[in-house]
Amino acid sequence: MATVDVDLPHVKDDDPHHHGPAKGLGRWLFTTNHKDIGSMYLIFSLCMFMIGGIMALIIRAELFQPGLQLVEPNFFNQMTTMHGLIMVFGAVMPAFVGLANWMIPMQIGAPDMALPRMNNWSFWILPFAFLILLSSLFMPGGAPNFGWTFYAPLSTTYAPESVTFFIFGVHIMGASSIMGAINIIATILNMRAPGMTLMKMPMFTWTWLITAFLLIAVMPVLAGVVTMMLMDIHFGTSFFNAAGGGDPVLFQHVFWFFGHPEVYIMILPAFGIISEIIPTFARKRLFGYSSMVYAVASIALLSFVVWAHHMFTVGMPLVGEVFFMFATMLIAVPTGVKVFNWVATMFRGSMTFETPMLFALAFVVLFTIGGFSGLMLAIAPADFQYHDTYFVVAHFHYVLVPGAIFSIMAAAYYWLPKWTGHQLNETMGKLHFWLSFVGVNITFFPMHFVGLAGMPRRIPDYALQFADFNSMASVGAFIFGFSQLVFIYNIIQNVRVGEKATAQVWEGAHGLEWTVPSPAPYHTFSTPPKVD
Amino acid sequence: MQEQVKTKRLVVRLATAAVLMFGFGFALVPLYEVFCDITGLNGKNFNEGPAAISSIDRSRTVKVQFVTVNPADMPWEFRPNERTMRVFPGEDKVTAFYAKNPTPEWMVAQAVPSVTPSEAAPYLHKVNCFCFDRQPLEAGADTEMPLVFVVDPELPKHISTITLSYALYDLTDNQKVTQSSHNNDKGRASL
Repeated sequence: MATVDVDLPHVKDDDPHHHGPAKGLGRWLFTTNHKDIGSMYLIFSLCMFMIGGIMALIIRAELFQPGLQLVEPNFFNQMTTMHGLIMVFGAVMPAFVGLANWMIPMQIGAPDMALPRMNNWSFWILPFAFLILLSSLFMPGGAPNFGWTFYAPLSTTYAPESVTFFIFGVHIMGASSIMGAINIIATILNMRAPGMTLMKMPMFTWTWLITAFLLIAVMPVLAGVVTMMLMDIHFGTSFFNAAGGGDPVLFQHVFWFFGHPEVYIMILPAFGIISEIIPTFARKRLFGYSSMVYAVASIALLSFVVWAHHMFTVGMPLVGEVFFMFATMLIAVPTGVKVFNWVATMFRGSMTFETPMLFALAFVVLFTIGGFSGLMLAIAPADFQYHDTYFVVAHFHYVLVPGAIFSIMAAAYYWLPKWTGHQLNETMGKLHFWLSFVGVNITFFPMHFVGLAGMPRRIPDYALQFADFNSMASVGAFIFGFSQLVFIYNIIQNVRVGEKATAQVWEGAHGLEWTVPSPAPYHTFSTPPKVD
Repeated sequence: MQEQVKTKRLVVRLATAAVLMFGFGFALVPLYEVFCDITGLNGKNFNEGPAAISSIDRSRTVKVQFVTVNPADMPWEFRPNERTMRVFPGEDKVTAFYAKNPTPEWMVAQAVPSVTPSEAAPYLHKVNCFCFDRQPLEAGADTEMPLVFVVDPELPKHISTITLSYALYDLTDNQKVTQSSHNNDKGRASL
């Protein structure tokens, strides 16, 4: 169950092994402490979010008016590509891994991750992956410009020289994700406190367990597909080269076999976070805990058989279109179960609206909008009209920005008092929320309309009729972008000052992480707690 | 310690799973080819060589269209002698494509065919096709490249038009490399 009764562990500091953190830079370089590594992941992700965000603002600034004003089309393409890659692999995924590092051991009553040294490695190779990727911006020919989906042969035959750096960057970040996933599974399966059975685990831990299996299943396929690209570019093979007997459509199949589970990797932990926050502020237990677990598991399984809905227009046989259409629509069922359960949890609860809850509520509403536009895209005959338009851009930004990103912000506000020991500044938190909420909707809602009217994605210039909605979207993007400075201010202020937080922090919070003092001591649960 | 042995075993299993999935990514390549052969997903599963068809279905005709495509960096002239033909299913037909190498260098090209709709592909028998072999041409030389084909009388009734498209690729540079590529394992079979 989501709620657990606990014998409070006595946090003892007299044991010589229970030393505090080391001093200086060495603490961060050599740390094997899950809290240090979690913090580094989260800070890294925030930096990447800012870099990717600046790229998004360059894109929106160029699209503010029709015509070419600020950047060259080739640089524009580099921006769309790098924005996508950085947000997916640099911002969202590391943020979830960071949250997992911080919270999973504390939620299951483990002293640390199962493989602390590998944990250090999986973090520290990540900055190098992104240095390699970002350095391509300064290379002759520029950064990758073929879109974050890097379809061959555009990304092989016609790519800039820097594509090789992109490939190695993807290899490294893939290795980091796989190591992180192995670590999380080993921690959850082997290190739970006595009495913490699988079906008593908090939802965040559950969703991460399933996500980690998805990562192990598909990140190697991504590594495989970029390796094939590498071989096509440098070793004369013809995986994707029709002249040598290969098939460009094969690339799309292999890529989306990775790519579709990848989108669930970016949303399942978000489901877990929301399932933690809503019960806390509704002061009720999560409605339908076991159906939530089964829903997440079935979404994960279904994600392996829907990949070709990204490529309805490649010329599939009718049977294929119909199969992938219905399989995709089937995913709406477990997703609907989850949305229903969240609403049912709130029904007749004593709700209060602190910042984490506001982000969680916005998540439920806006993610559902993104889910519905996904359902529209799943209709194969209609998809021929929507394909590669701004409607697709609107759809996946609705599930990723007010979906994944809002859940990460909700999680940051929810657990920040536990990390820093200081109560939140609610006024600033609410300011951040409302600016983000309004900004996100002004940015992405008009994209539905220009998309339906036929504006293609990934273009630096557009027809006059799209001008009004595009300038609206650009204004929204700048509101959303700059409101993140409030977020950074909140975090820094919370680390430095603030009212002392209690161990409980939130009145309605349940779970092991709320039994340890705030800020959480450097070592927690060295003696396993007893869960009844 | 019991706990550590358990963790080690689990980690080995998970790492093995990751390595296997890396292999699976590559296994998708041949799997995709087999899958395409069976389903005609990419419009390439036509029959090659002599066709065992005796009867000619004179009750209907099928329009066969020929399309040629030159990728951006291919300087050859390449076109069908006839753009469309009307054929009775079961009837042997001969046509030819014209190719010219206008460059001052010797070149080798390979034509890669594709059939639309892909549902029709298994019913198109190519008795002989220039796409079975590479086409070398001296500088400035031109040639007529023959195609002999039969449309199977079993062709579903609702298909009245078949489009056969050829993309002509320049293989001069990577001829040595591609000789060992998997495409040549079956000789020219999959083309």
